[in-house]
Amino acid sequence: MAQMTMIQAITDALRCELRDDENVLVFGEDVGVNGGVFRATEGLQKEFGVDRVFDTPLAESGIGGLAIGLALEGFRPVPEIQFFGFVYEVMDSISGQLARLRYRSGGTYNAPVTIRSPFGGGVHTPEMHSDSLEGLMAQQPGLKVVIPSTPYDAKGLLISSIRDNDPVIFLEHLKLYRSFREEVPEEAYTIPLGKADVKREGKDLSIFAYGLMVHESLKAAEELEKEGYSVEVVDLRTIQPLDIETIIASVEKTNRAIVVQEAQKQAGIAANVVAEITDRAILSLEAPVLRVAAPDTIYPFPQAEGVWLPTYKDVMETAKKVLTF
Amino acid sequence: MGENILKKYDPTATLHEIEDKFQMFQILNEEGQIVNEEANPNLSDDELVELMTRMVYTRILDQRSISLNRQGRLGFYAPTAGQEASQLASHFALEKEDWILPGYRDVPQIVWHGLPLAKAFLFSRGHFMGNQVPEGVNILAPQIIIGAQYIQTAGVALGLQKRGKKSVAITYTGDGGSSQGDFYEGINFAGAFKSPAIFIVQNNQYAISTPRELQTAAKTIAQKGIAAGIPSVLVDGMDPLAVYVATRDARERAVNGEGPTLIETMCYRYGPHTMAGDDPTRYRTADTDNEWAAKDPIVRFRKYLEAKGLWTEAKEEEVIERAKEEIKEAIKEADQAPKQKVTELIENMHAGEMPYNLQEQYAIYKEKESK
Repeated sequence: MAQMTMIQAITDALRCELRDDENVLVFGEDVGVNGGVFRATEGLQKEFGVDRVFDTPLAESGIGGLAIGLALEGFRPVPEIQFFGFVYEVMDSISGQLARLRYRSGGTYNAPVTIRSPFGGGVHTPEMHSDSLEGLMAQQPGLKVVIPSTPYDAKGLLISSIRDNDPVIFLEHLKLYRSFREEVPEEAYTIPLGKADVKREGKDLSIFAYGLMVHESLKAAEELEKEGYSVEVVDLRTIQPLDIETIIASVEKTNRAIVVQEAQKQAGIAANVVAEITDRAILSLEAPVLRVAAPDTIYPFPQAEGVWLPTYKDVMETAKKVLTF
Repeated sequence: MGENILKKYDPTATLHEIEDKFQMFQILNEEGQIVNEEANPNLSDDELVELMTRMVYTRILDQRSISLNRQGRLGFYAPTAGQEASQLASHFALEKEDWILPGYRDVPQIVWHGLPLAKAFLFSRGHFMGNQVPEGVNILAPQIIIGAQYIQTAGVALGLQKRGKKSVAITYTGDGGSSQGDFYEGINFAGAFKSPAIFIVQNNQYAISTPRELQTAAKTIAQKGIAAGIPSVLVDGMDPLAVYVATRDARERAVNGEGPTLIETMCYRYGPHTMAGDDPTRYRTADTDNEWAAKDPIVRFRKYLEAKGLWTEAKEEEVIERAKEEIKEAIKEADQAPKQKVTELIENMHAGEMPYNLQEQYAIYKEKESK
């Protein structure tokens, strides 16, 4: 075991997979000699060579095409999109092509591609760096979408994503890259995709969250405990497909729920979680399932992040509405 | 005021100088005469006959496909008549191990590369079995998103290079497609990685109704290779020998590790853009049609082979009859394909375990299908 930040855990996962499977290829803008703009691929080119870890021209669409073509030749590509706001350049390769490769070939070809990309607010990035666009990905049949919130989860989920024979979008929250360390095993281990994790047990209210909002929810839960409420925090970890079993079991226990996301209310995947709960557990509900989300504006100018991004205070406010409904 | 740099360095003159270097490469003229003996590939008699056979067969395939489409026995179909040299002579230069990433009009190439005709018809109708490529046939299904096949080709070519294989990835787009970003990214990536790719632009003069001149101010599409730093050639796309030689030489460069080539084939489609209601008389004149009919690749190749004593009317009839017979058989075979079920569509989604939503929907449709 070693104390690792999330970014170190990600590098470690890439190293494990590059070592264990010679078909794994890591590529993108500045991921080679530079080790990535956030050092996620630090030292990997030196260790595994330029054939396995390499830089590309600055063109996201081309990177997507490269990944698809390499997959057709039996490789297991792990491309990087430098910031997920740039996904619009490669939407066709991801949603129009990669997600459909197996289906459109009637199962003849597989698409074992993992696209890594950072996103998320709170670090005053310039325009189109921090947007939460996971909702777009979650709407595309054929894709799995994974968003870890801890170093331990990041490593296990990334290894699982790379080993998955279908395309996975692996989104890494910028603010979580180095915000804390935790114990992470040095050997390779996996965490199943599509499985949520109860980060805190409680019996009065379920909070479903992912990404940075897991930590805001945990903080809110702590505060609410001081006021006498027992709050359960469920980290979705995979937002497509959802872990229905864990979500419904939690709601059936607590009878009250909120869903917390950093994305705008009209975006993200909170509406989907609410719909699944009302479909499957409406008779267990003592109150409507409310959402914590950002305002339906374009992502804020950096100086406005403080008033725009949802925080534990918003989580507490919404939690109380539901607890006192 | 400093001097006008546009006058000093005269980039317009440089542009014209470069453009003038893209002269059309031709071996066989409209009369079926060799006009470039030096470049003659000297294919064997058998090879010449085989290439002609494929071109005639494909012309019949086009005629029958249009007719079957009108009868409602085929669905989506993009006519190919006029492009036989461009499509089949380029394919003729490939090896079995080479990958083909076709556009939506490039069904003939993947058929001659090993896709059974019945599957090509199922593709047209919209049946997943049409896209189930037989093991060992290195093709993708025809690409509908114009340009996507180009960036994917850069990837396949890099894959072949990393595997150390002596083969290439070839892809096709049209003149309109050369305006796409993915067109440029594809050739540029392959150039930067020096990958074994062949990029063909079949310039058939029109993107639906939009004439080639409206796509770009560039005098040729071939010269766009300069932007990627890769060699490119302009070829008479109605001349099977010229298309064959250009593709053969691009292949040789590629497998020798010298990188990709862009080939513009100057050709024409005699029919509409697709069979979905396009009417070329709205945007093309009979004069233009006639001018290009005089360049017909089959006519000039027939003259050439007849002069060599390699081709007769009887021989052509035999090919036509065989084509018609095989097309009839293939349509029958396509008719026999079982109707698609939602459960099958669900099964084709993921290689790994079905996600919960599909598991649930699978059960629902399994139940419906059992009734």
